[in-house]
Amino acid sequence: MNNEFSIEVEHLSKHFGSFRAVDDISFNVKKGEIFGFLGANGAGKSTAMKMLCGLSKPSAGKAKIAGFDIYKDTEKIKKSIGYMSQKFSLYDDLNLKENIQFYAGIYGLNNNLITHKTNELISKFGLENSAKKLLREMPLGWKQKLAFSVAVIHSPEIVFLDEPTGGVDPITRRQFWELIYEAADSGVTVFVTTHYMDEAEYCQRISMMNAGKIVALGSPNELKNSYSADNMDEVFQKIARGN
Amino acid sequence: MNRFLEFVKKEFYHIWRDKKTLLVLFGMPPILILLFGFAISNEIKNAPIAILDNSKDEVTQKISEKLLSSGYFILYENLDSYNQIEDIFRLGKVKQVIIFETNFAYKLNSEMHANIQIISDASDPNTANTLLNYTSKIVMDYNLEINNNAKMPFVINTELKMRYNENTKSAYMFVPGLITIILMLVAAMMTSISITREKELGTMEILLASPMKPIQIIIAKVCPYLLLGLVDAIIILLLGVFVFNVPIKGSLVLLFAVGMLFITTSLSLGILISSVTSSQQIALMISLMGLMLPTMLLSGFIFPIANMPLALQLFTHLIPAKWFNIIIKDIMLKGSGFFDLWKEILILIGFTTFFILVSLKKFKIRL
Repeated sequence: MNNEFSIEVEHLSKHFGSFRAVDDISFNVKKGEIFGFLGANGAGKSTAMKMLCGLSKPSAGKAKIAGFDIYKDTEKIKKSIGYMSQKFSLYDDLNLKENIQFYAGIYGLNNNLITHKTNELISKFGLENSAKKLLREMPLGWKQKLAFSVAVIHSPEIVFLDEPTGGVDPITRRQFWELIYEAADSGVTVFVTTHYMDEAEYCQRISMMNAGKIVALGSPNELKNSYSADNMDEVFQKIARGN
Repeated sequence: MNRFLEFVKKEFYHIWRDKKTLLVLFGMPPILILLFGFAISNEIKNAPIAILDNSKDEVTQKISEKLLSSGYFILYENLDSYNQIEDIFRLGKVKQVIIFETNFAYKLNSEMHANIQIISDASDPNTANTLLNYTSKIVMDYNLEINNNAKMPFVINTELKMRYNENTKSAYMFVPGLITIILMLVAAMMTSISITREKELGTMEILLASPMKPIQIIIAKVCPYLLLGLVDAIIILLLGVFVFNVPIKGSLVLLFAVGMLFITTSLSLGILISSVTSSQQIALMISLMGLMLPTMLLSGFIFPIANMPLALQLFTHLIPAKWFNIIIKDIMLKGSGFFDLWKEILILIGFTTFFILVSLKKFKIRL
């Protein structure tokens, strides 16, 4: 098999009755790549992502995540991925330390490593004074950055981010993307869904979904050229209009 | 194992930091016990009555004295005329009015019989009935007393013995009943809410995407409630034994074993509820309407099952709490052992297995 790719998807589909939420999609994501998965609400992004994370069984097609088959090896896949959903994923009534310990714990890190990672994370963000604060007292932007850091705490091969920057201001979004770049630099493959078109520019390659199908795939520049558009927003508009 | 412990630790943080949860867990049992023990009692003491004595002779005096010294009644007022009766009932001042006819003692001596009329306020039928029984018994006693002087030809004596609860104390009924209710509340309601909360917040998805298996997640989530349910059962038992003198005649080991079994039954119901909804509100409503209400009304805790219409009696077979209520009462009050109760225990095990299987299936489908 090809070791160059973290994610390999061939003719993947998911049907709910006669409704094709995901309709025969194929793509590959290289190791260490930042791959943007775009589309309007209801285009099938979340359903596709759930299948790739092992949360939902595909109706047809093949896929390999970190080299593991999504039908047979879901347990192994779950160990190799991190996941952050569009809803805020840390616990509000736990403090920062407890949240980190909990997630590191369920990913099976040993106690020494948990302590080390916790301290590392806290000093990285300079949050020594807030480590004992319940998370509900922290601003949303912080929570999202922390949620991302916790999602990659077990050094997964791939991290799946489902609309990670919903509801935060552009500056925090920028900071959030710096974290994503940092993770990608250290070799983590990043698979991110978003509907902010400015964020699409930050990705190395993007795919656009519409009505369950992938209608465009390539780097932001390639897409802008082939649709002769100035920015990603325009590309999206043209695709949505169907030309 | 480490994973599991981290998870359980997290659950305890949730419980510890939520005032409402703590209140239900540790405030509810003592409050309910004290309410049932002191406020809601079906033993009646010091009921206010009025007496309309049209005769005012030694016999009526004596009967009145007997009534008032029984402890069941206190005299609110001596009435002078029939007209006052309606008013005093309307004002709600008395529960019962006792009327002696004129020339009571004279009639008793010459005509060999005299009449007492007892009027009860039956807007509360249970109280009215109980008071009526008390009064008739006291009058009968007096009747026997005077007849002993003038021998009656035939007398049938009935001797009463209230077995397993000689003084018919209500604590004997409500302590086991409350354990049933509280275990149901803690185990079923609290777990269903705690699991649906995780779904509502979106953290369930994160957990499912982690290497923890769904079954591990569920077990780790219900584990703390199993422990806390036991703690609650112990609190109620201690209060029952030391404050209300309820006996535990049977084996403590058996009592705890069936206690654990019933907690598991309730936990599996809680899991089942959380597998059909992902809203905390709905989980709460289903728990209250679907579990608490039938448990209170149909488990035989408050209303005797034998008095229900046949259809409803058959329906009570489907309420797990009914079986647990029988088991726990028999162990505590009668000292029954496993071999007396194996049928009921088997039924509970059956329910539990069924609920677990159904919720496992539902959980899989959802994925």
